[in-house]
Amino acid sequence: MGIICPFFLGYQKGAVNIIVCLKQILDPEIPVRDFHVDGEKKEAVRGSANLVTNIFCENALETALQLREKLGEKSGCRITALTFGAEAAEDTLRKALAMKADAATLVINDGHPHPDPLAVAQTLAAAIRKIGEFDLVMLGRESGDWGVAQTGGLLAEELGASCVSFVDHIEASDDGPDAGLIVKRQTDNGWEKLTAKPPLVVTITNNEFNVPRIPKTRDIMMSARQPITKWTLEEIGVNAAEIRTGGNYYEVVDLTIPVKEVTCEFVSGDTLEQKIEKFAERIIEITRAL
Amino acid sequence: MSDIIICLFSGSGYDRVAQGVVGAGRRMANQLNGRLHAVIVGAHDAELNIRVASVADAVVTADQRDLAQYQPELHLNAITQICREIRPSAVLFGNDTYSQESAPRLAHRLGGAAAGDCLDLITHDGAIRVKRSVYGGKAIATIELKRRPAVVWLRARAFDPVATASASVTTVRQTRLNLQADDRTRIIERKSEAAGQARLEDARVIVSGGRGLGGPEPFDDLQELAAMLGGQTAASRAACDSGWCPPSWQVGQTGKKVAPGLYIAVAIRGASQHMAGISDAKSIAAINIDADAPIFKNCRFGIVEDYRKVIPLLKEKLAALHK
Repeated sequence: MGIICPFFLGYQKGAVNIIVCLKQILDPEIPVRDFHVDGEKKEAVRGSANLVTNIFCENALETALQLREKLGEKSGCRITALTFGAEAAEDTLRKALAMKADAATLVINDGHPHPDPLAVAQTLAAAIRKIGEFDLVMLGRESGDWGVAQTGGLLAEELGASCVSFVDHIEASDDGPDAGLIVKRQTDNGWEKLTAKPPLVVTITNNEFNVPRIPKTRDIMMSARQPITKWTLEEIGVNAAEIRTGGNYYEVVDLTIPVKEVTCEFVSGDTLEQKIEKFAERIIEITRAL
Repeated sequence: MSDIIICLFSGSGYDRVAQGVVGAGRRMANQLNGRLHAVIVGAHDAELNIRVASVADAVVTADQRDLAQYQPELHLNAITQICREIRPSAVLFGNDTYSQESAPRLAHRLGGAAAGDCLDLITHDGAIRVKRSVYGGKAIATIELKRRPAVVWLRARAFDPVATASASVTTVRQTRLNLQADDRTRIIERKSEAAGQARLEDARVIVSGGRGLGGPEPFDDLQELAAMLGGQTAASRAACDSGWCPPSWQVGQTGKKVAPGLYIAVAIRGASQHMAGISDAKSIAAINIDADAPIFKNCRFGIVEDYRKVIPLLKEKLAALHK
């Protein structure tokens, strides 16, 4: 039924349909000494590292949850968590459900482990069209692994939607549903506020208010039993072969760990005061030479 | 089709970002034996136009009234129109907010491919490759763009300005675009938090605080210290997420990429994500209570001590030494 209902009809009824795209990545917090790359495959070696949800994606989900809370129970606002990843990415969706997303969809990636950003955007766009209706698509501004920072922009183009980046807050306009949403985003030296009409894609950055909530134990347990929609690439109507191979947008030709040669000089002295004096002298020495 | 476009949003003048983009564009155009076109979008800035015109082979400004203030959809439409006329093999941007927002969408519209936050541009047997930092600064990837134009946003300070501008100044062509109003998104309010201050990216000295500060109050001390050194204050993501300071202070992989002469890290552990934002700093100094903190593996000099004991004395010593 949702498929035949145009998005704006849904919107005017006050029901905002939100899709939050999430990405599962190698835990970016692993120490440098445990980090290795596979020069042949041109990707990081997983080793003992955990798989986690990219933090900006969780900021995006948190921002969506807060918007739903502000709109209220009766608004009918619905949040669908969507990911394109390996079977293991189901964990990311379980966590999203535990945080109280309404539904979850996994598009299974059985091809290249790091598809190029256009392949990702085409896949997400096809999945979103299959989900049916949306007003707002929310993504993290970039991922903690490849940090490509293009999925949002490319997805907006694939969907023919407008796009705002580096958003950290969204609210419904006081001027009624026709006025759309009020979006606040960070800029190089401050912020901007925008009015935005759906369909809209936003990329989310972090601030002090969208730190992802910790799901309740009860909700974690419940999320294990909730259904997750799983689609293959064939089922969403993309050129599956092309997406599996990837690399017709760009190709990673080399991946290396840079060698750093810096030795820290710990300032010495018998007393704290002497050490600090040395420290101050070094600072003055450097700043005078600038 | 070996022409290069550099695309600048006016509003910050001929700053280090613009200089880096112009320098990168000039060198790339020379390597490819193509012309360097500069596209300057936004409110008219005569000084910027002239400086760029002394380096580029052609300058197009789009400074009509509806483009005076940035609007995401409108400005993207304008840049797309101009690029379609010139048909370049590459379009280079800086790494400011508007550039990062526009570049991937522009690439899509032009049938090209984008790559961002690039540290190096390589032309290799007709291929265009970029180097960029990945995995939170733990690795460097070389990426080959498979479509034209290559749309690249640069970590502009990693690129040298042109050594000498040519004596001849190219004519600046003012273009009039027929742009359809697009009110799907509209910026209705703008606020600059660093009013009157130089941008963090341009600071010579930065004093930066992290999670170890334990609260917002110590930032007052850090600001005083920064002021004594003619510098600015920044913070780690942990400090910003805790609400101790504004998000615009955030330095790191996901915050600002800064390149000061001296970066003093106070109570910052120095995770690789943070270090990725200061890899262009000339000297790094650290104050941290933990001798095993990773920051000490990346800094020139350091002191292992509680910052609470260090900062007051340090201010005294610096004041004395300044005299």
